[in-house]
This record gives sequence, C-alpha cells and structure tokens, in this order.
Amino acid sequence: MDTLRLFSRFVKGSLRLVLTGNRSYWAWMAFLAALIASGASAYAHQVSTGLVMTAMRDQVSWGFYIGNFTFLVGVAAAAVVLVIPAYIYDWKPIREIVIYGELLAVSAIVMCLLFVMVDIGRPDRFWHLIPPWGHLNFPQSILAWDVLVLNVYFLINFVVVTHILFRAFHGRHYDKRVVVPLVLLSIPMAVGIHTVTAFLFNGLAARPYWNSSILAPQFLASAFCSGPAILLVVLQVLRRFTRFEIQNEAIWKIAELMAYAAFLNLFLHGAEAFKEYYSNTQHLLYTEYWFSGLGAHRTLVPYAWAAVTLNSLAFVLFIVPAWRRHPVTLNLGCLAIYAGCYIDKGMGLIIPGLTPDALGEIYEYFPTTTELRVAAGVFALGFLVFTLMLKVAVPITLGEFQTERTGGAH
Amino acid sequence: MKQPPDEQPNLTRRQFASMAAAAAAGFVLTACGPKRLYEMPTDRLKARIREMERKYAEEFGTAVTVADTPPIPGVEFAYALDISRCIGCRRCVYACVAENNQSRNPQIQWIRVLSMDKDKGVDFSDADPYYQPEQVPQEGHFYVPVQCQQCRNAPCTKVCPTGATWTEKDGIVVIDYDWCIGCRYCMAACPYGARHFNWAQPSIPKDELNPKTHYLGNRPRPKGVVEKCTFCIQRTRNGRYPACVEVCPVGARKFGNLLDPASEIRYVIENKRVLVLKEELNTMPKFFYFYGT
Repeated sequence: MDTLRLFSRFVKGSLRLVLTGNRSYWAWMAFLAALIASGASAYAHQVSTGLVMTAMRDQVSWGFYIGNFTFLVGVAAAAVVLVIPAYIYDWKPIREIVIYGELLAVSAIVMCLLFVMVDIGRPDRFWHLIPPWGHLNFPQSILAWDVLVLNVYFLINFVVVTHILFRAFHGRHYDKRVVVPLVLLSIPMAVGIHTVTAFLFNGLAARPYWNSSILAPQFLASAFCSGPAILLVVLQVLRRFTRFEIQNEAIWKIAELMAYAAFLNLFLHGAEAFKEYYSNTQHLLYTEYWFSGLGAHRTLVPYAWAAVTLNSLAFVLFIVPAWRRHPVTLNLGCLAIYAGCYIDKGMGLIIPGLTPDALGEIYEYFPTTTELRVAAGVFALGFLVFTLMLKVAVPITLGEFQTERTGGAH
Repeated sequence: MKQPPDEQPNLTRRQFASMAAAAAAGFVLTACGPKRLYEMPTDRLKARIREMERKYAEEFGTAVTVADTPPIPGVEFAYALDISRCIGCRRCVYACVAENNQSRNPQIQWIRVLSMDKDKGVDFSDADPYYQPEQVPQEGHFYVPVQCQQCRNAPCTKVCPTGATWTEKDGIVVIDYDWCIGCRYCMAACPYGARHFNWAQPSIPKDELNPKTHYLGNRPRPKGVVEKCTFCIQRTRNGRYPACVEVCPVGARKFGNLLDPASEIRYVIENKRVLVLKEELNTMPKFFYFYGT
C-alpha cells in the first residue's frame, strides 16, 4: 500500500511537471498537437474510405508506413549503443546519460507499434494477434516473433526507466538487482528486435532484393548510426537549456562509435551492390530501380543518390576526430546520417523490394498526402511521448524534483 | 394525417439495459466473441452462417447461400494449363470475376494473363499484363495466365501472423475473411502476385452477385482484407469444374484430382512436358503449365 501511495505521489508530481513550462515548451507542444490532429483526421478518413487513400496497391503492397516502422525499430535498438559502454565497460560519462537512450527507445517503440496499426487494413481486429482471445502464429510467422520481441523490449525499457526515476524521485538509488539484469537483457533484445525485423523481409524468397543474408547486419549497422544521431542532438539541446551537464567525452565517444557504424553500413551496402552488379542476374532489376531507374520509371533515383551522398558525408565528418569534436560539423554529421539512413531504410528498402512486382510489373509508388500526414502525426505523437518523459526525467536526475520528506513513513 | 399505431412500442430504458446485458453475457458465454473458423463450435458456425446469409440477402436484395462444404476425402485438387493453346482472350479472367464475386470497383481480378514475347520465353521482366491488340493471339506472342498456384509449400500461409490463411486437406489455400487483419505480409511473401487486397469497400452490382457462395471462397468480402483464387471451392467441392476451366474456349485449362490415377490431370503430368513457375523457390505449386502440342 505504501509503495502505491508513493507511486501515486510520483505520478501526480510528474503531471504537475509536464503542465508547467515556458513559452517555447508550450510552442513545441502546440506544434506537436497540431501535427497529431492533422494526422488523426487523415487517419480517420483512411479508416472510413480504406487504404485506397494511400498510394499502396496490389503491386506495391507495403510503403511509407512500413518503411518508417523499419527505420524506427533501428532507432529503438540504438539505445544499446549507450548501454554497452555504460554498463559493460562501466564508463561513467555515458552511464549518466544512458537513461535518455532508454527513453528514446520507449518512444521509438511507441511509434513502431503505431505505424503497424495505421498500416493494417483491419485495425479493429488487432486483438486477433493476442492470445488467448486471438491466435498468434508463433513460431511460424516472423511477424509473430516481431510482435513478441518489440513488446518485450518495450517493457524492459519502460520498467527500467520507471524504476530509476521513481527511486530517484524519492531520493533513493535504484535497485541494482532490478536494473542491472534488465539492462543486460536489453542488449541482446535490442539486437533481437532489429534482427527479427530484418528477418521479416529477409525470409521472403519471393523478393530477391530482401532475400539477402547481409540484411540483418546491415540493419544493425544503420541503426547504430541513426539512433545515436538523434540522441546526440537531444543531449546537446538538454545541455543548452537545462542545468544538466553532459561531458564532452561522452558525446565524442558516441560520435566515434557512430563513425565505425557508418563505415560498416557503407561497407555492407557496397558488398551488396558488388554482388548484384557483378553477377548481373535478373535480380539486379530491383537495385537498378533504386539507383538508376528502369526505363522511364525513375521516381526514387534522386533519393537513392541523396542517401549515398549523405551517408558518405557523415562518415567523413565522424571519422576525422577534429570534425566530430567541433559542434558545427558534429551536428551536420548527425543530420546527414539521420537523413541518409531514413531514406535508405525507409523508402530505399521497402519500395525497390516490391518494384518490379512478383510478375514483373512496374508500379511507381510515391506516398500520398494522407500517408505523409498520418506519418507526421505518428512522429509527433512519438516526440510528444519523448518530450513528456524528458520533462519529468531531467529534473529528477538533476535532483530538482523530489518528493517533500514531510510526515512520510520514510 | 393520422399516425398508424406503433406496432413495436419504444424500448424502455430498463428493457434496453436488460437486452444489452443479455447480449454481453451471450458474447462472453460463447467463448469471448468470434474465433477462427475451425475453432468455432459447429452450432455457432451454423448460426454465424445464417447471420451472414441474412446480411448478404439484405445487402443484395436476393437469397444468398453460404456453404461450408468440407474437403472430399481422397481428393487433392491440381490444375494444368496448356501454354501452347492459350490465346490470351481473358475470358477466364471475367468468368472468374463473375463467379467469385470480385469487386468491380475498385477492380479485383484473381487471374492475370501475361503476354510474353516468343523470342524471350517465360520471362516476367518482359511480361505485359495490359496488352490490348485488336485481336488475340498476337503474332510473336504467347500467353501465360497466372493465378494462385496453390503451393504445397506455401510461403503465404507460413507468414500470416494470425493464422487467417491455411491449406485445406484437398490442397486449396484459403483465407478466413473474418480473421484476416489486413497486414498484407502474405502479399509480400507470394512469388506469383496471386493475393489481392480490398483497398476500398468492394462493390458488386446487385444483379451481378453470384448468390451461391462458400464461407472460404466467393462470399462477398469486406474492406481491408486479402483474397485470392480458391480453385472455385464452392464448385469443385461439389464435383464441378472451376469457372475458368468451363469458360476456356480452347480447352487450355485442365483440372482434377491428383490422387486419382485415371484423372486427366494425372495424364497431363505423366505424359506432357510440364513446368511450374519459379521452380527454384521450392514452393511446389499444384498449378502446372504444359505444352500440349
């Protein structure tokens, strides 16, 4: 009962925190709310009319939504980039900020689940996946595996951050017996969510573009680029606007790890491109559609080369120590790698995988306004969750926000 | 104007509450709402089918039957298509649309006829599904109609996260339209483009509905689910040929029981030059192509 009372005090305090803020906080919230409202109205229209509101058709049956889902699984997995140095090597500068990686993971998973929800034709039947009411085709369907690992990963991160913050709120240190095993478990789980998501595509022999064993490692490499890129920007924003101190060493270390990941990402892409172009089989069609277009069908070509350019630029910016330490080039690198991976793993993975279709037809997919609005709404909702969690987490970790110790049992 | 006396008086709040409570209790008692087809007790399935028939009859203004005819023991269906005979007339496509109640708008067609170049052979990257010459067959071309290949090693059923699609004992790959969540993973997994999604509310003109339907086959589908060829399950389980076999003007389409040594399909497989599409994927189709002449 006591814990319950303490917890309700924690919740009430958190509510008070998120309801107070300066003008820019409210402007940001209003911006997110507007995007969410626009997304919700577009989604309502999509539900009543059907997925015909999107540009997806039988030929290209997955599109922007599943692309965003795939990308965000990578962002969620990237928390592990902080967890490993923090807990395995016990490197203190990162240990202080690891909780922000976990908060990002929680928000990213929320977005992932929403992107799946907006993509399915019958969201009203979502419960068909959930035993005992529904039927989860486990272990046959990799999608069933994905549902499982994503939810477990979400739970682990949610429990860890809630525990740490709740304890800190009451002025106590977190319980190592709870946190350490869970955090250690989150490492293979992070690799797991991304591997399973890669296998989702990888396992389909019908789609040669995806049916490549390099897919899972390449997913991980690009995840360890794009996820930390968001974190680095967020950490710098926090350092600027709050009393929170983040050592430069921590930021530089993350940037260094990103340089290796960016290299690996480019290398794996190169290896795949070599195999496709040198062997020059019929399966080259999909890669060609992405990089050079097929005949007059060239919609994605500028995106392909933008991704290559951005990813290469980011690699150069991160690998040179002086550049990754300079705030301008560092942030430029973060933006470049985020955008590069976003194009690459969203549109660049899904669309060429389905173009030409199984019977050789070329249907050129490009997202409709409905898809863009719904996706923006989902991102806004994710950022809203992230913002609210940060609003509570930052003061708690700074010790600015703690329970008043008056008349309590403690 | 004089109001006619109310035959059904308005419900009182109390009556409504007790009816709602009874409905809720009934829902819980019948094992928590709908289940997958074969997990449903028989009496519930029957009730469900009656309800379905009533609903369709109301919607289309005609009596509709929804059969749940089971597989015939000792029967495994297979199909063979004579590439050398097919003239690309697409009569099969339209017979299939009419028989199987496919949506007219947006258009859904379970059979896709590909026009191919005789110089290139069976090459999907050079196939044209939208050929429109004055007359078929066109010089220098041959035709490969593609529909669900009813794979023995079906990639589509394996990936379904809810188990809403499976292979029946007679070899027909079916979908439970009431259980499909519309994730379209099966469509990504299918190497033959055989699965089609209801991107919008399907529409069939009232007078064009085929009222003889099967639960797993041609009953009208809702928006947001996947559908595909079922070898005309509503016909073939009653000893009839699929509509596409019946309509083919050149007799290019053969159908029968793989387990019957005297069947035409066995004759074709044993005596003709037979091939399956994308053999290297090991999907093991029960839909064969052959050169009859």
